Amino acid sequence: MIETDILIIGAGPCGLFTVFEAGLIKLRCHLIDSLPQPGGQLAEIYPKKPIYDVPGFPSILAGELVNNLIEQGAPFNPGFTLGERAETIERLEDDTFIVTTNRGTKHKAPVIAIAGGLGCFEPRKPELENLAKFEDFGVDYIIKDPEKFRDKKVVIAGGGDSALDWTIFLAEVASEVTLVHRRTKFRGALDSVEKVQHLAEQGKIHLHINSEVSHLAGDDTLSTVTISDKVEKTSIDRTTDYFIPLFGLSPKLGPLKEWGLDLNRESISVNTLDYSTNVPGIYAIGDINDYEGKLRLILCGFHEATLMVQSAYKRIHPDKNLVLKYTTVSGVNSF
Amino acid sequence: MEDFITLYVTDLKGVRHEIQAPTDMGLNLMEAMKANELPVKATCGGMAMCATCNICVKSDHPLPEMSEDEEDMLDEAFVLDIDGSRLSCQIPVSSEIDGLEVVLGSLTDPEE
Repeated sequence: MIETDILIIGAGPCGLFTVFEAGLIKLRCHLIDSLPQPGGQLAEIYPKKPIYDVPGFPSILAGELVNNLIEQGAPFNPGFTLGERAETIERLEDDTFIVTTNRGTKHKAPVIAIAGGLGCFEPRKPELENLAKFEDFGVDYIIKDPEKFRDKKVVIAGGGDSALDWTIFLAEVASEVTLVHRRTKFRGALDSVEKVQHLAEQGKIHLHINSEVSHLAGDDTLSTVTISDKVEKTSIDRTTDYFIPLFGLSPKLGPLKEWGLDLNRESISVNTLDYSTNVPGIYAIGDINDYEGKLRLILCGFHEATLMVQSAYKRIHPDKNLVLKYTTVSGVNSF
Repeated sequence: MEDFITLYVTDLKGVRHEIQAPTDMGLNLMEAMKANELPVKATCGGMAMCATCNICVKSDHPLPEMSEDEEDMLDEAFVLDIDGSRLSCQIPVSSEIDGLEVVLGSLTDPEE
């Protein structure tokens, strides 16, 4: 069981900044995120996009902001449960909570801060009739441990950066890599596109453009995919151990809906005094919350996180009074 | 109201809404729909990096040509081949699209 002071659901910018603000008042944090890396949307959707409205930064790339936030929180040694989705919450008699992930990891904390952005990122799935049957039996949507594919045959579908990057990476790891893309052009960094084309010319990977995987076959586990060429109107069968469709991710509120929180559409209603929800001990900050005048901006999320940890402190230490200390005076005392 | 245009949006329940949008605020169609409180998910906020503002254009207004980013994104979300399929965030609100008729795509559903 992982124990902490503030359990943060969502490791986006808001969740990451909470670690820093909580650390300043000596509260420990642990973060859960369904993505395999911290940063939320900024890391997953637009790492290379400049952001112009972070105070003090005339322009900063989303990916850089994430790295800075991780660095800023590092002195406070946060814990991470990544690639797992917070699934259920249970309230104990002593007013603490236990949050369990879809992989069964349990976390205990007196305060929960939901910084879930737009929800959990779920993989976009191609329409294939028996796709669900092979999920976890040959079909993977997220690559957590590339070693799983060592000396295996892998078919990747998609035309974006993750499809290109994993094709390049797995070309050295897997015994055979096939990349299937529905079009001729790739969406992705130019040097990755060139690398993939080079690998194909050298015969190190199989590249099928204008094509899609049209059928999956196998007994208990996947053994064959059918690749159809949309232009030539031909199809071939390829034996494989894995099929990895990488068509991006789209966010869904998911299991949080069942946590007994007051919702307004897909957002969690909060009190702007301290961003508390209707359940004492559970707070919601950043894009996932809703109140009158709400703006979904990173800078507003930072403000919400800062006020929220003050309230969390009072809950955790009801007998102590907090005095605001400036970092210019006190510095950052790590733990 | 000469700086305003009228747009017709059919939502996922099949209800047709008539909305007004100002042409002098640098809005795109996605923003105009959201400003009129139509349920459009629009996850990425208008960067052509998701497809949750996907619409089908039903009228024959002259529209800006699709950028490569938009085309790639529609393809990745499996909606490129649908007739009239566009990302509403990539269509500027201008007098050229006065009277535009669109239908929200299923990807815009905020509940999904």
